[in-house]
Amino acid sequence: MSTAEAAPPPGIAARLFSSGAHQKLLAFASLIALLIGFTLASPNFMQMSNIIAILQATSVNGVLAIGVTLVIITGGIDLSVGTLMTFCSVIAGVVLTYWGLPLPVGIVAAIAAGTLCGLASGTFVAKMKIPPFIATLGMMLMLKGLSLVISGTRPIYFNDTPGFTDISRGSIVETIIPGLPIPNGVLILFIVAIATSYILGRTILGRYTFALGSNEEAVRLSGVNTDAWKMAIYALAGGICGIAGLLIASRLNSAQPALGLGYELEAIAAVVIGGTSLAGGRGTIMGTLIGALIMSVLTNGLRILSVEQEWQTVVTGAIIILAVYADMLRKRRTS
Amino acid sequence: MFTRRTLIGALGAAVFIAASIPATAEDKVYIPLISKGFQHQFWQAVKAGADKAAAEFNVEVTFEGPDNETMVDRQIDMLSAALAKKPAALGFAALDSQAAIPILKEAQEAGIPVIAFDSGVDSDIPKTTAATDNVAAAALAADKMAELIGGAGKVAVIAHDQTSRTGIDRVDGFVNQMKEKHPGIEVVTVQYGAGDHLKSTEITKSILQANPALKGMFGANEGSAIGVVNGVTEMDRKEIVIIGYDSGTQQLQAIRDGVMAGAITQNPVGIGYETVKAAVAAAKGEEVPTEIDTGFYWFDKSNMDDPEIAAVLYD
Repeated sequence: MSTAEAAPPPGIAARLFSSGAHQKLLAFASLIALLIGFTLASPNFMQMSNIIAILQATSVNGVLAIGVTLVIITGGIDLSVGTLMTFCSVIAGVVLTYWGLPLPVGIVAAIAAGTLCGLASGTFVAKMKIPPFIATLGMMLMLKGLSLVISGTRPIYFNDTPGFTDISRGSIVETIIPGLPIPNGVLILFIVAIATSYILGRTILGRYTFALGSNEEAVRLSGVNTDAWKMAIYALAGGICGIAGLLIASRLNSAQPALGLGYELEAIAAVVIGGTSLAGGRGTIMGTLIGALIMSVLTNGLRILSVEQEWQTVVTGAIIILAVYADMLRKRRTS
Repeated sequence: MFTRRTLIGALGAAVFIAASIPATAEDKVYIPLISKGFQHQFWQAVKAGADKAAAEFNVEVTFEGPDNETMVDRQIDMLSAALAKKPAALGFAALDSQAAIPILKEAQEAGIPVIAFDSGVDSDIPKTTAATDNVAAAALAADKMAELIGGAGKVAVIAHDQTSRTGIDRVDGFVNQMKEKHPGIEVVTVQYGAGDHLKSTEITKSILQANPALKGMFGANEGSAIGVVNGVTEMDRKEIVIIGYDSGTQQLQAIRDGVMAGAITQNPVGIGYETVKAAVAAAKGEEVPTEIDTGFYWFDKSNMDDPEIAAVLYD
C-alpha cells in the first residue's frame, strides 16, 4: 500500500487491461495449483458434489467481494458490506414473511435497501468528507443494530414464501443441462461478475471508478462532479450487497440478524488476493472472483484433508500475505 | 530473485505439506463432528469426550465448528465438506435448527446417519440428540437463586444470545421458573452480551448502576458468567449473589474465592462421548434411543471437588 502511484496515470483503458493481466494469471495459476494439490491429496476432493459445494460456498463471499472491489478501486473501503448483506436479508424477511408480499417485491426491496444504504455511505464519504473507513465502520454498526431491531433479534424464516430457497439452492442450469446441478446462487455470482465487469470496463461509471482511485483531484479539476460519481459507485456496491443478502437468506431459508460481522474482512481478503490494490485505481472483477474461489477452495480442501481448524486459519492468513507479496514483487519488477 | 514460478511452486508445496500432516486412516470408520464452535473451553471439553470415545471404539473423529456462533452459513459449508468425505455417520450441533435441513436431507439420502448434539434440530432426520435439558437446568439455577436471596427481591439475567436454542431455553427456563415458583422475585432485565467477557462486564456494570437494590445475577453461559463476576468485582457490589453456567478456569476460581455462589454445569465430556458412541452404533445399523439426556448438576464450593462433579468440570 505504501507504493503510492507516483507516476502519472497512463491511459485508463491501458491500466485496466495491462495491470490486471499479470496478477490475474498469477492468481489463476495459484487456484489451479491448489486444485491440483488437493486433488492429489484426497480422492474425495475433485468430485462433482464437492466442487458444487465449493462454488456454493463462494457465492455469497464472491458477490460481497465484487461489491467491495468497486469501492476499493475508487481508493475507498467498505466495511459495511457484511452487515449490509444481513440488513438486506432482514428487509426481505420483513417484506415477504411479516407483510406476506409476493417474492418479486421482496427481491426488489432487498436490492433497493442495499442501494439506499450504499448511497448513504457514499453521501457520508463524498459530501460529508468522512474518511471511508470511518463512514462505513459507522454504517456497519448502525446496520448491525438495525437488523436486530427490525427482526426483533430472532431469525425470520421464509417458510411461507414458496420458491424463495430456489434463488440460491435451485438449479436452472440443471433443467437446461441435466446432470450439471450448478446452483442458482453460483449462476447469480457469475451474472453479477459479468455485469459488474462490463460496467467497470465499458461504461463511463467504470471509467470514473478507476479515475477516482488514481487521481481524484485531477478528475475533479477537469470539471467532473466527482461526488456524484462516488455516491453512485457506493450505491451500486450497496445494491450488490442486497443481492448477497438475498443469496444468503435463500440459502439459509432465513434472515439471520446476528450474522454478518467478519464477512467484510473475508470479502476484502478475496479482493486483495485477486490483485486489486487497496491504494485504489487498479483492480479487476475477474481477479476478485478468482480470489474468492481461492479462499473457498483452500478452506474446503483443508477441511477435506481433516487439517486441524486452528491450522486452517493460519494457512489462510499465510496465503493472503503470500498473494499480496507476490503482487508487490511483480509491481516492483515492472517499475 | 523470486519469480512467479517459485511463488506458485511455494503455494503448491504448502498444499502438499498441509496434505501430508493428517495421515488419514482410510480403513477406520470416520465420524466428523460439526460443532457450534471450537475455541471455547466448553467445546474443547466436548471434543475431549469425542476423542475418548474415538479411542475406545477405534474410530476416526474430527471436530470442527465456526469461529463464532452467528456464522450459520459457514457451518453449512463445513457440513458439505464433511459429507464429501463420505463419513460412516455425522455428529452435528446446529446453530440454526432450520437452516441446515436441506443438507441434512442430503446426508439422509446418502444413508449417513446424523446424531444431533448439544442442541436439537427441528426435523426427524437425526437418529438421536445428545444434549442437556437447558430449560430444566436453568430452572434449577432459578431455584438456587431463590434459596440464596431468601425468596424475594430483584434479579437480572445476562445471556449469550437471543437466537440460539440454548440462549432461548436458558433464559426461558430461568425467567419462567421465577414467575411460576418464586413470585416474590422479579427479573428486572435480561440482557445479551454474545458470550463476550468484556461486553458482558460492561452490561453488568450498567445493570448494577441502574438497580441499586439488585440482589442476584444469573450468567447463562461461561462468558456471560465471567462478565457478571468482573462487573460485580469492579463495582465492588459483594452483596450480589452470582450464579453461573458451565465451568472454565475463571469461573471455578470465582466459586472457590466465594465471589460466585455456584453454577450449573452440563456434562460436555459426556455430550462428546455419547455423540460418538451413538454415531458408532447408528453406523452399524443398531437402534439408538431417540434422546440422550447427558445431564446437568448444581455445584458450589461445597461439592465441586466431589469426584462425580469434578469429572464434568473443565478448566
